[in-house]
Amino acid sequence: MSGPKGWTMQIPAPFDYERASDVANALTLLERHGPESRIIAGGHSLLPMMKLRLARPEWLIDINDLAELEFIRREGDQLRVGALTRHTALLESADVAELFPIIRDAEQVIADPVVRNRGTIGGSLCQADPAEDLSTVCDVLRAQAVIRGPDGERIVAMSDFHRGPYETAVAQNELLYEVRFTIRPRSGSAYEKVERRVGDWAVVAAGAAVGLSADGTVEETAIGLTAVGLDGTVPEAEAVLRGQQPREDLFVEAARIAAAACHPVDDQRGPVDYKRHLADELTRRVLRRACARAAGAKEG
Amino acid sequence: MQVSMTVNGDKVTREIEPRVLLVHFIRENLGLTGTHWGCDTSNCGTCVVLMDGQPVKSCTVLAAMADGHDIRTVEGLAVGGTLDPVQQGFMEEHGLQCGFCTPGMMLTARALLDRNPHPDDAEIRQAISGQICRCTGYATIVRSVQWAAAHPLGAQAEGDAAGAEESTSEEVTA
Repeated sequence: MSGPKGWTMQIPAPFDYERASDVANALTLLERHGPESRIIAGGHSLLPMMKLRLARPEWLIDINDLAELEFIRREGDQLRVGALTRHTALLESADVAELFPIIRDAEQVIADPVVRNRGTIGGSLCQADPAEDLSTVCDVLRAQAVIRGPDGERIVAMSDFHRGPYETAVAQNELLYEVRFTIRPRSGSAYEKVERRVGDWAVVAAGAAVGLSADGTVEETAIGLTAVGLDGTVPEAEAVLRGQQPREDLFVEAARIAAAACHPVDDQRGPVDYKRHLADELTRRVLRRACARAAGAKEG
Repeated sequence: MQVSMTVNGDKVTREIEPRVLLVHFIRENLGLTGTHWGCDTSNCGTCVVLMDGQPVKSCTVLAAMADGHDIRTVEGLAVGGTLDPVQQGFMEEHGLQCGFCTPGMMLTARALLDRNPHPDDAEIRQAISGQICRCTGYATIVRSVQWAAAHPLGAQAEGDAAGAEESTSEEVTA
């Protein structure tokens, strides 16, 4: 399609559009329109891909009216976040900042404030871009994905949610409903990203979460890296810290292992050596900060 | 398909293809060319409009998704012929050179001031960080928004056009 003075516009290929009225209706529409239908929420990943013809759905099912999917709720030992929750809401949530500072760290560096007004946690996770910050965050927090489908609801651990680049456990006739984070006492988490310019995808980013026991030793830990071809977290690096008092030499050793375990590729964002160096340095930093935050966290 | 939305207070209804982006709907279907169309990839922010009071990049929103919503474009900033204080601020503080980024910058500034009437410079820079001024006039854009924050009713309403003049000459000599 051409615009004024014949300039070429980037416009998606033709498709049909339907707006879902509730979750059940969204599932019905997915079923009715079949494999060439896609859910659209914020649209800030899908629409650019459609403009480039990297995605070419025949039907878009708009779930932006589904207020039932937009919530941040603390229930018992869980923080439950609806799939349609916007990045801005996550960034501004006091519960998120207190319980899972890693989410806040990441949200501050995801795209820009205007994009964050539209983009959603569900869209980020379902897009499953290998450089997606929230994928690492959810891996590190060992979150659970609640998926709704024609046969009801199922709960999938984040380690099983991601199936590879742009692939998730959400089937074509299903919808990501919510993400659940388990609240742990004496826990801390952190995320740090290096990007070429503000709002860009990560060159490399690292995330870490730790839970301390009453005597201050590391009970539970998770280390993740973004944009370096890592599948889930790094158990070998996590094992270095488990059962130990947090110490700088352990952070260094865990970071060395994590950097060696990842698979960066040489691309326009930098060469392999540079990315591995970043993975090492950023892992140390997030471990330091996560442990400091855990030490300062509330008892329960 | 048919879409209806409120644009700058007026209800509009048009027949469109589902794939029409909001920026093109506003420019081509409604003829409101104040909303600029830039990178097409949600990076530059010149296409920012307010959707239910929130800045959004209209190149990455389908017009169909705006159906039933309230849209405000730069044409809707002035009320009854009186410029919005943000527009006055951009004049007083030389907030634009080529003007291409200006509509989006002003709408984001309006939304920021509605939420936070007294932002500091860092908050303004954060708010506009998804928008690019290729003339690199960020310093004057920040000053323009600060001018609007300091004059919430605009210069004329407060009768302090002299004050505005002062700050302008200050900037020139700086």
